[in-house]
Amino acid sequence: MDNEQERRNALSRRRFFSSVAGGATEAALLGAAATAEVRAETQEAPGAEAVKLVLHVNGQAHALLAEPRWTLLHVLREQLGFTGTKPGCERGECGACTVLIDGVARYACMTLAVEAGGHQITTVEGLMQGEELGAVQQAFLEEDAYQCGFCTPGQVVNIEALLRKTPDPTIEQIREGVSGTLCRCGAYAHIFRAVHRAAELKKAVS
Amino acid sequence: MADMNPKPWSETTVVGKGIPRIDGRELVSGAARYSLDMDLPDMLYAATLRCPHAHARVVKVDLAKACEMPGVRAILSDADKEANVPWFRKMGPPGANPQPVSRLFDPHCRYAGDEVAVVAAETQEQAWDAVQAIEVQYEKLPFLTNVEDALKPDATAIHEGGNHPGQPNAYSRGDVAKGFAESDIVVEETYRTSCELHTPVETYGAAVRWDGDHLTVWESTQSPFSIQSGVASALKMPLSKVRVICRYMGGGFGSKQDTNKFTVIAALLARRTGRPVKYFLSREESFLCMGNRPAYSLKLKAGMKKDGTLLALELNAFGEVGAYPAGSNPVGGMLRELYTCPNVKTTEELIYINGGQIRAFRAPGYPQGAWALEQMMDTLAEKAGMDPVEFRLKNAATVCATDANKPFTSNGLPQCLTEGAKAFGWKEARARAKSDGPVVRGVGMAAALWSNVARPRSTVIVKYYLDGSVNLNMGAADLGTGMRTIMAQVVAEELGVPIARIEVENADTGTTQYSDGANGSKTTMIDSPAVRAAALDVKYKLLEAASEQLKVPAAGLTLKNGEVAGPAGSPPTKVGQLAIMQMQQVVVGVGVRAPHPSDKSIRPFAAHFAEVEVNKRTGEVRVLRMLAAQDSGRVMNRLTYESQVIGALTMGIGMALTEQRILDGNSGRMVNANWHDYKIATAMDVPAELTCLPIDPHDMEVNSTGTKGLGEPALVPAPAAIANAFYHATGVRPTAAPFTPATVINLLNQGKRQG
Repeated sequence: MDNEQERRNALSRRRFFSSVAGGATEAALLGAAATAEVRAETQEAPGAEAVKLVLHVNGQAHALLAEPRWTLLHVLREQLGFTGTKPGCERGECGACTVLIDGVARYACMTLAVEAGGHQITTVEGLMQGEELGAVQQAFLEEDAYQCGFCTPGQVVNIEALLRKTPDPTIEQIREGVSGTLCRCGAYAHIFRAVHRAAELKKAVS
Repeated sequence: MADMNPKPWSETTVVGKGIPRIDGRELVSGAARYSLDMDLPDMLYAATLRCPHAHARVVKVDLAKACEMPGVRAILSDADKEANVPWFRKMGPPGANPQPVSRLFDPHCRYAGDEVAVVAAETQEQAWDAVQAIEVQYEKLPFLTNVEDALKPDATAIHEGGNHPGQPNAYSRGDVAKGFAESDIVVEETYRTSCELHTPVETYGAAVRWDGDHLTVWESTQSPFSIQSGVASALKMPLSKVRVICRYMGGGFGSKQDTNKFTVIAALLARRTGRPVKYFLSREESFLCMGNRPAYSLKLKAGMKKDGTLLALELNAFGEVGAYPAGSNPVGGMLRELYTCPNVKTTEELIYINGGQIRAFRAPGYPQGAWALEQMMDTLAEKAGMDPVEFRLKNAATVCATDANKPFTSNGLPQCLTEGAKAFGWKEARARAKSDGPVVRGVGMAAALWSNVARPRSTVIVKYYLDGSVNLNMGAADLGTGMRTIMAQVVAEELGVPIARIEVENADTGTTQYSDGANGSKTTMIDSPAVRAAALDVKYKLLEAASEQLKVPAAGLTLKNGEVAGPAGSPPTKVGQLAIMQMQQVVVGVGVRAPHPSDKSIRPFAAHFAEVEVNKRTGEVRVLRMLAAQDSGRVMNRLTYESQVIGALTMGIGMALTEQRILDGNSGRMVNANWHDYKIATAMDVPAELTCLPIDPHDMEVNSTGTKGLGEPALVPAPAAIANAFYHATGVRPTAAPFTPATVINLLNQGKRQG
């Protein structure tokens, strides 16, 4: 980790100088160059206040250093590479980043990574049964319950939570259950159908 | 030579089927990598400082503190020579190169959101932090938040020369004055629509990387080739040196086809730092800066005979273009074409205000135009004592009045009206007894057409491999319509290849051929004939080669499942065993889109029906069910067709009931730049019963696949249908969109006072 960090800093510094030497930079920035170079030596990413954290994602433990201000969404995507979890608003409005925390649907953008430490986190990738699609995923595919697909991971994870709690939801329960995940393409009517289909698929398995 | 532009299929085995998307597995598993998911080794992140004032002049930008912030690698502002890139041009005729009116970091900031500086830093958070540390001195200027104020004689000039970006768009046929004089009934009304934001769930941005003098751009875009030419022109680079890629894109609705400042700025920052740069906007910025459907005021006058024959239509429309010039929003388009009417005059103009610039938004201009025209038709039908469906049938256009009165390649409008009404149970619902309680129900309908006749341009390559599998190589982006699946179905239909053996490679200007952007509901109607032509080219080459080798006339050969079959009884030959395959390993077919027919006009049509429930105590309006009868030509894929329609209806519900940008009159700033306060339809607002009724008129003339375009016409009449249902329920006309609970209560109270 430390070696990796040093390598990265060194690389950054070299590149910074090479770009300055390129001559495109204005005088105002040349003044900044010196200070930025100092920063490059002391700067650490994650920052100095970072804490040690173990996140259990899709059944696997990941040890990392995380800044306390980092959201679970940020860590999943930017640190661990789970890009299935999508950022839509980063303020708890759209639900594209929905993940399961101990089986309950949560907005990853409204959860600090440090809060999620020690809990079981499931992302859309974790709903796969090996190479096979999970029931909700299969139902979305069959019913064309998406259009651009960007909100789909959040929808799928959220409906997984809904069906775990309510295996046979009414249309009103479905509408309320889906109301926290926005779909600007407007696939809701197909999503409703997919929830019914997923409920069937889940029953067939159990 | 093979006929590359044959008549559409009379029978199909794969085209038309509701085949699940070929990339569905990637979409549901989280494996699909969108542009926003790009993670390039050693990349920097960018963030923008935007002018917080509605109208201001930048006096001084002090970057000193920001440059000292941790992780900062470069800051670009108007002080940088390379940032002096002209931006936003006056509108002009095609081919003209009008004067630019602004530049990347124009010190004259014309709306709260204009770019002042952009930081590139090691992490996104560091970039945001540094933006906060930039110190700017502004001179605040008087600002304008609406057209009425912008048109006052003493209004502040947002651009040199005033607040008119150009001349009004005027059209006239016949003599409206004479038409009104001859009319038995004349009605005049002013309708209003609000400014709507696109807000796709994947926000806007790009990741860029230089390899020497070659730039690669991973952008969330509907139109990779527009971005390629726009970026090349801004950076004075040859097209060959700019590669734009968009494998998956998270929604656009028209707002992701223009060249963006962020792409050019990211390229400049990447060049300066020698590192890749990822520059995506925040959700708030997506509300402020990435386009909108302009608010319109539509003054409409209509005249007719007592028997319901339309005689005259006159429209005077003003819209908000925002702070910079932009393409037109033809709100008069439908008015000029949908109905037979001898006397029509339309005047449309967009006016500058201090707000974000407009962009194309799903059928630009048409839903606003339909909002006025189709409510007016409802009023006229009532005054003529006719059923709204009958009234429209009586007046429905039979030729295209703006295109030399040419007939349409196909016209399913009468069928949309009659079959839609039947499937909806229109007559029964219309006659149903009204409740006299606080909750009342009503049904309404509206019709539409859409015009998407720009010159079709697309080149497609189909590669047929020796094992009978196929690579379909095409430029068009799939912005969520299921385009890739539809095109694979065309190949499967022609070449007898199972869908699973077809790989679609698309939306990459480096490896695929030019296609117009995914806009105007054109991708299926423009590109699927080109795909068919490329497949036919492959088939021709393979069967000609087989014919020569097998000494059988090509006409007696068929191609299926990787085998060439001859006359009955003779054993099939595996394609891999053909000499041409042994020689080449691959047979490549090229398809070029043929032009539109010159003697006919192409228009998709629609008729929408809606049932609503209005709570007269709370002002709440619930859409209970909707039915959309669409004539978009052939249904290529039943599933994705239906998806387009239910999505459009959902957007129509938003436009009618909830969506409006609010610019604060005191500060000039947008006060609802988030999804809590700017309300798009959620699952709670949408009924489960959204019915899609495809009307296929078997168009044999439009092109070789019989397709006319769907995504936009499926939206156009929806808001007006809901408004007409509200009128049927309450007897009060909601002339202004959206009609929220507060406005409904006001409307009902006014109705009471008037009644």
